[in-house]
Amino acid sequence: MTGKAVLRIPCPWCGVRDEVEFRYRGDASLSRPGLAASLAECCAQTYERTNPSGWHLEWWLHVGGCRKLLKLVRHTLTHEIHAVGQAQDRLTAPPEVPPP
Amino acid sequence: MPKTRPIHATVQRAASGRYSAARLFLEGLIGHRGWSRAWHKATPRSRYRVVIVGAGGQGLATAYYLATEFGISDVAVIEKGPLGLGNVGRNTTIIRSNYFRPDNVRFYDYSLRLWEGLERQLNFNAMVSQRGTLNLFHTESQRDLFTRRANGMRLLSVDALALDRDAVKSLVPLIDLDNGRYPVLGGFLQPRGGTVRHDAVAWGYARAASAAGVDIIEHCEVTGIHREGDRVRGVETPYGRVAADVVCLAVAGHSSRLAAMAGLRLPIETHVLQAFVSEPIKPVLDVVLTYGAGHFYVSQSDKGGLVFGGGIDGYNSYGQRGTLPMAEEVAAAGLTLMPSLARLRILRQWGGVMDMSMDGSPIISRTPLTGLLLNCGWCYGGFKAIPAGGMATAHLIARGEPHPLAAHLDLDRYAAGRTLDERGLGPFPYVH
Repeated sequence: MTGKAVLRIPCPWCGVRDEVEFRYRGDASLSRPGLAASLAECCAQTYERTNPSGWHLEWWLHVGGCRKLLKLVRHTLTHEIHAVGQAQDRLTAPPEVPPP
Repeated sequence: MPKTRPIHATVQRAASGRYSAARLFLEGLIGHRGWSRAWHKATPRSRYRVVIVGAGGQGLATAYYLATEFGISDVAVIEKGPLGLGNVGRNTTIIRSNYFRPDNVRFYDYSLRLWEGLERQLNFNAMVSQRGTLNLFHTESQRDLFTRRANGMRLLSVDALALDRDAVKSLVPLIDLDNGRYPVLGGFLQPRGGTVRHDAVAWGYARAASAAGVDIIEHCEVTGIHREGDRVRGVETPYGRVAADVVCLAVAGHSSRLAAMAGLRLPIETHVLQAFVSEPIKPVLDVVLTYGAGHFYVSQSDKGGLVFGGGIDGYNSYGQRGTLPMAEEVAAAGLTLMPSLARLRILRQWGGVMDMSMDGSPIISRTPLTGLLLNCGWCYGGFKAIPAGGMATAHLIARGEPHPLAAHLDLDRYAAGRTLDERGLGPFPYVH
């Protein structure tokens, strides 16, 4: 299996940097439930995760650079980065290719 | 590779026999021809009372205790690959019970007590070595926190000793107490902590469970979970459907994937944790040592290699390897503590995928689906909990209610606001 020794993250503002400059901030596919949401919906948003083995939409904070929050579509098995964007961007994952 | 002979399954089960020094001697006289497989290689029947997915430490221990303590031997343990090559064969082999929360101390100390009698019970040398675990502290406030934890342990009759700098130095002469970055102020020792030969734990439980009538089915990936309404009826495998009254998932980092087959979302993220072993050297370290100011814990194996590890890489990963920044962080922490290790070469590095729960504590629980149970969320503490985790899961399966020492590990605790957050970090698995 191919692997990466270091993640190289293309920050939209600073360019390609090593993962050590960034801090992971979790699953970016979740959105905060509305004010009328039930307790169950709030609990699900806080605690439950899809946790895919595959493409994952996630937050990274560039703490050692521009300090901005960015979004990545990264593969959790190969660590390949498909797309990067600003916090408000809507990113989509490519179709899952079954492992060889 | 030992020669395998076509013997009928039941005969083969018995043929493994008891292991003893006398038998080893006698086998030596006849060229070791009398040994047979330690466990029977089974193919699945169409129905079992209990199907356990995952032949790792937790799954095998659950099967063993179901058969021996609860009289349920109509059990299959189904494993995707070969037995024991997941986290039970990838950890740094540490056992201890020095926790903060009283319910966790009780649970993990129960596990430690089971470790203490395990080899005799399994008739298998798992090399349980209670060499002591030493946690160093480097600041005044850390000393206060550790003191509070140690006092809490002692109130529960669990061993914990405070050591001053001189005692730490005499126990581990390699430590640079006055290192420029985080000088060592002292440490807390749990003398009953130590290490266990991790592969032997998987093999020992597998052999004993197989002898007690459990079917262990390797190279059989569960491809689906058969569900009728809110009831789970069995699992789909390449051998066809295997029906079961109870399906228990004990698949560590792959818990979310298996649960998704049944339509459940879990409070779990999968993260990779790395471990390392150095080239073998003469004995230099006879305790398990943890650094208090960074990610580094180390012990010396019986072969002489220093076995050490650190924290998780910090982002979701199913890749059983790891990246270099954490390797560098671990090495830097190790050298701060013991500069003399600088000349040591690393022999191997590997990674395992952890089932990081939202509060850093495990889950042994029923689910909203009848007939589906979970044993997961071990983060990087599952190895030490194998005996207690197995016993508690077997109790839940057999009795239908939680083991008294594991009742707090239920899945409902998140919604009920009873999370078990040892360090108060919040619902962020990547920092636990």
